[in-house]
Amino acid sequence: MESNLQRALEAKRFAITAECGPPKSADRKVIEEKAQLLKDWVDSVNVTDNQTAVTRMSSLAACTILKSLNLDPVFQLTCRDRNRIALQSDILGAHALGIRNILCLTGDHHSAGNHPQAKGVFDLDSVHLIETVRKMRDEGLFLSGDKLEGERPMVFIGAVENPFALPYEFRALRLKKKIEAGAQFIQTQIVYNIARFREFMARAGDLGLLDRVYILAGVSPIKTPGAAKYMRDNVPGMDVPNEIVARMESAGKGLEDKKARAQAWRQEGIRICVEIVQQLREIQGVAGVHIMAIEWEEAVPEIVTQAGLKAP
Amino acid sequence: MIVADQKPIEEILEILAPYKRVLFLGCQSCVAVCMAGGEKEVGLLAAAVRLARAKSGAPIEIAEGAAKRQCDDEFNEPFGPVIQQQEAVLSLACGVGVNKLAERFAIPILPALNTRFFGKVERQGIWKEVCAGCGDCILHLTGGICPIARCAKNLLNGPCGGVRADGTCEVKRDWPCAWVQIIQRLEELGQLERLLSTRMAAKDWSSDRHGGPRRRVREDMLLEA
Ligand code: SF4
Ligand code: SF4
Repeated sequence: MESNLQRALEAKRFAITAECGPPKSADRKVIEEKAQLLKDWVDSVNVTDNQTAVTRMSSLAACTILKSLNLDPVFQLTCRDRNRIALQSDILGAHALGIRNILCLTGDHHSAGNHPQAKGVFDLDSVHLIETVRKMRDEGLFLSGDKLEGERPMVFIGAVENPFALPYEFRALRLKKKIEAGAQFIQTQIVYNIARFREFMARAGDLGLLDRVYILAGVSPIKTPGAAKYMRDNVPGMDVPNEIVARMESAGKGLEDKKARAQAWRQEGIRICVEIVQQLREIQGVAGVHIMAIEWEEAVPEIVTQAGLKAP
Repeated sequence: MIVADQKPIEEILEILAPYKRVLFLGCQSCVAVCMAGGEKEVGLLAAAVRLARAKSGAPIEIAEGAAKRQCDDEFNEPFGPVIQQQEAVLSLACGVGVNKLAERFAIPILPALNTRFFGKVERQGIWKEVCAGCGDCILHLTGGICPIARCAKNLLNGPCGGVRADGTCEVKRDWPCAWVQIIQRLEELGQLERLLSTRMAAKDWSSDRHGGPRRRVREDMLLEA
C-alpha cells in the first residue's frame, strides 16, 4: 500500500489533508512552494482540478510534481471536462506516475468559470466515476467491460459529500450510494455549522456507514468578515451561521490600522477554525480533517499546532 | 414542442443583405405556438425588414407564406411555384424546416430563428426545456422529471452538493433543482425507496447525439424500392 493517507487512516491516526490549487500558469515553482509549506504538516495534499471551472495547470501534472517532492497527492478528478475515455485514461496514467489517491467529483459547472462558452462533458457523474475506478482496480475491467491488460491502477478511492445542501435527509443516503459504488474515504464540504454536521454523522451512523468509510471533515479558515458574508450569501451549498460572521466582524472592531485589522481578522479566522477542528474530533466517525486554506497555505501549520493535532 | 427564438433583426438584415427578392416562409406548428415563426410573425418580420431596407436605400421585395408543417414536403410543395421566382427563402421554421427546404429547393434557404429546445410552456411568456431527446428514456425511474434535460450536469445520481438553500439549482438561479424535484415527486408517488436502494448506471449515450447523426427506420413501413 503506497497511499500515505490510507496508511494513516487504517492505523486509526487522525488524518490531516490540505489543498493545493495549481496556478493559472505553467510555472512549477508555484507547486513547489506550496509543497514546502505543507509537507511536514499533512498526510496528503489534494490537488484541485480546474477548480470553479477556471483553467489552470492540470491536476495530474501538479500531482506528479508533488509526488516528485515526496508528498502524497490526492488527484482530484472531475467529470466536467472528460468523457469516460479520458477519465479512464487519466486513472491509468495517475497510477503509472505513482499517484495513489483519486478523489472522484462531478465538478463545478463551467458556466461560472472563465470559459462559459465551453461544451460541458458530464458523460459520467461522480457515482459512476467512483464505480469506474473500483472496477478498474478490483476487477481489471474498464467501464464497458473491456479487459485491462496488465497492471491495474491501485488507488485509494475518495469522494465528497455536502451535509449542508438540500435535501438534508438525503445526504447520508447519497453518501451510502457512494460507499456502495466503492468510495473508501470522504472529504466533506467545509463545516461551519457543527449542529447540522452532527445530524449528518448521526444519520450516517444509523445507516451503518461509519465503519465502512473514513470521513474527513472539511474545514477552512476565514480571512475577512467580507469572505464570511460572501460564503454565507453567495456560495451555493455553503452554510455559514451568522454567529461566525459576527465573530469575524467584531475581531477587527476599533482597529484603524489596516494591517493590524487584517491581522486580527486572520487570527480570529484561525481561532474559529481551530475550535471547529476540536469539536469535530469529538464527533464519532470523524477520521480526520481536510484543511482548505486556499492561497493561504501558511495557515495550515498554525491550525494543526493550535488544534493540538499530531503532524505525521 | 420545439421552442425557438427569432434571431435579432440586425442579424436577419445581415443574412438578407445580398438578396432583393425573398419569400418569408413560416410554419404553423411548434414555432407558431411559441410565437417565433407562425403566420403572424412572418407578417411582422416582413414589415420590419421592408421598412429597414427601404430606409437604407436597398429595398427588398418580400413574399409571405406559412406552411402547415415545414418539416413535411407535402406542406411545402404548394409554395414551389412562388419559391421558383425568389432569390432566396427566409425560413421562420425550426432547423428541421430549414434543412427540409434546403433539400428540396435549389436556392439559398436562410434561417430566421435560433432553434432552442424541446420544451413546455412554464407560464405565459416562459418556456422551459424538459426533454433532451437522449434516445433512451428513463422517465419511469425519475417520476416523469428528466434529469438529462433539467439538471445542468445531467446527473443520474443527484442532487449535487450545490443545491441552494431555497431548493434552486447552483448553476441556474431561479430554476428548481431537478433532483430535489425528482425526490419530492417519488416521495409523493411512494417510490422513493427504489431510488434510494439503486444506483443509476452510467448512461449509454450512443442513442443520443453523441453516437453521431441519428435516424429511425421502421422496416414494416418501408416500401419496396
Ligand atoms: S430521459 Fe431522454 S428521452 Fe426521456 S425525457 Fe429525458 S432526454 Fe427526453
Ligand atoms: S443543483 Fe440540482 S439541477 Fe443543478 S446541477 Fe446540481 S443536481 Fe443538477
